[in-house]
Amino acid sequence: MVTQRRPQGLGPVGLGMLMFAPAVLYVLLLIAVPFVLAFVYAFTDARVGSGGDHFVGLENFRSVLGSAAFKTAVLNSFIFTIASQVIVLVGSTTLALALKDHFRGRGFVRFLILLPWVAPISIGAIGWKWILDSIYSVINWVLVAVHLAQPFDKPMWLGEPRLAMLSVILVHAWRLLPFSTVILLAGLTAIPRDIPEAAEVDGAGFWRTLFEITLPMLRPILNVALLFGVIFTFTDMVVVYNLTAGGPMDTTQVLPSLAFFTGIQGGDLAAGAAISLFLVPILVVVAFLMLRAAHRAEIV
Amino acid sequence: MAIVETRAVTKVFKQGHVGAVNHVDLVTSEGEFLVFLGPSGSGKTTLLRMIAGLEVPTSGDILIGGEVVTELSPRERRIAMVFQSYALYPHLTVYKNIAFPLRAQGVPKDQHDKKVRWAAGLLGIGHLLDRKPRELSGGERQRVALARAIVREPSVFLLDEPLSNLDAKLRASAREELGVFHRRVGTTTIYVTHDQVEAMAMGDRIVVLHKGVVRQIGSPRDVYDDPADTFVATFLGSPPMNLLENGEVVVGFRPEHLVPIERAPSAAIKLSLAIENVEYLGSEWIVYGRTRANGTGPAEGKLLISRLPSAAEHKIGESYEFGVVEPNLRFFDKETEKRTTARALTW
Repeated sequence: MVTQRRPQGLGPVGLGMLMFAPAVLYVLLLIAVPFVLAFVYAFTDARVGSGGDHFVGLENFRSVLGSAAFKTAVLNSFIFTIASQVIVLVGSTTLALALKDHFRGRGFVRFLILLPWVAPISIGAIGWKWILDSIYSVINWVLVAVHLAQPFDKPMWLGEPRLAMLSVILVHAWRLLPFSTVILLAGLTAIPRDIPEAAEVDGAGFWRTLFEITLPMLRPILNVALLFGVIFTFTDMVVVYNLTAGGPMDTTQVLPSLAFFTGIQGGDLAAGAAISLFLVPILVVVAFLMLRAAHRAEIV
Repeated sequence: MAIVETRAVTKVFKQGHVGAVNHVDLVTSEGEFLVFLGPSGSGKTTLLRMIAGLEVPTSGDILIGGEVVTELSPRERRIAMVFQSYALYPHLTVYKNIAFPLRAQGVPKDQHDKKVRWAAGLLGIGHLLDRKPRELSGGERQRVALARAIVREPSVFLLDEPLSNLDAKLRASAREELGVFHRRVGTTTIYVTHDQVEAMAMGDRIVVLHKGVVRQIGSPRDVYDDPADTFVATFLGSPPMNLLENGEVVVGFRPEHLVPIERAPSAAIKLSLAIENVEYLGSEWIVYGRTRANGTGPAEGKLLISRLPSAAEHKIGESYEFGVVEPNLRFFDKETEKRTTARALTW
């Protein structure tokens, strides 16, 4: 008879704890500790390089709330998140519907669409920086070639506040599109083939089937994709950092980038921590909604 | 109401492969209940899906009401289909499920409520209108699917194994209800099933399909009593027809026609059977016996099945004399497996 042997001295509970430890350590060291530190710093006058931290109460929050840069960053964060998510949802739904049915070269197209997600974001953002460059922009080159722009009055994609915001939003949407598309593709394949066919036999055309059957059935998955997207966008500063560094004149500054520029580059750790703490309540609400959506998706 | 016709309809899914449906010609009559019967993989569902417009034939034409509809989309064919899974819209209430075809086909809004309630009433689901499909039992779902199909008064009903998801008891009552329902609405109906009992009980005519080819089209009596080939002979009937090789022909007879010799003194085939098993099924007995060489019957060792009203006196292990009278014999060509003329048997 063969008996299963456990490592000596480890009961099932001990083994379980051992297996669980890496996850606990990861969460503790890389998430809990920085979070607690940020919380502590926000109530002190900590600066990069200075040892003496003094408790200052709510002073940091008061000064952050009073600053114009913070107000702009809050507004920008919302504009950035909402606009990019609208683009991502519409775009990824369209892509998922197009990529659902089999056609020649579907695998290759799927690979191409996944590229922005798997490529390191800095490389992608630097590529975009060149595409949107004030002198070398290929977009401008094309616009001039088709006479939609004057050679000496080309759009400054990253230099004019509105265009810069638009650019940041579009690049971020480009980056998130594959993730959302993959989630929606999975959701679409989970809809039994019979159901859209029944709608077709019942006399529904493409749009009616899409809006009255497919999208409502896809809603739990759409919610999950949207909430993930919101979190990835609201907490993200890579695109802003690489493309505009928050400029011109803070017009594309979002909360995470403002926290970084203030706390790390500006050296004011306490103010940076206070700014980043403003993200917490918003993210808690999003996380709550996300868990609820995931739960609903399980039921349906 | 309309007549459905297929002309040399063929469907090949993969080039170079054998077709799922091959050269099928058939015509329904007005208001008929036509059943496609065949084992799985026989092409019956593919044929139905081509009539519905969900699958495009590789060649051939489909006509509904005398009009070629081969190139038309499902919505342009004025048909209704009930799927095996029922394909109810899970996020819509029963009411909205039934109303969906009306909205999709642009029926004036003020008629919706009346029509939905008429269809729901016809199927006895008026009290379920506010429920979601997941809150319904299998039988209720099936009725909702039927109500959704009937509500727009289609010219043709297509039903794809609508009873296969019900338990045995419910299936029998649903079968009977479906028959009554069809007689009441009188719409031309094509019904796909692999269950011969359903086919025999409901069909005005049965189309027996095998490997994408029509083996026989006929009334339940035709296909049971006069099978066109050995496939139909063995596919229909449970237990199936007994087949014995005899020279150039195969001779077949139904188990109920293989009786003790006392009841068939003028038997054309006389056999001695060594009983291997006896099953008591309440209303009948099934006797399994192996032939023993007796000089006037087939060779030894062939398993034959007899269905008898009573077989209490048959003991396992003993041998008894059986026989089949001439009119109950069916002859098939050994090569082609098709029906052939009757002839004298020599063993």
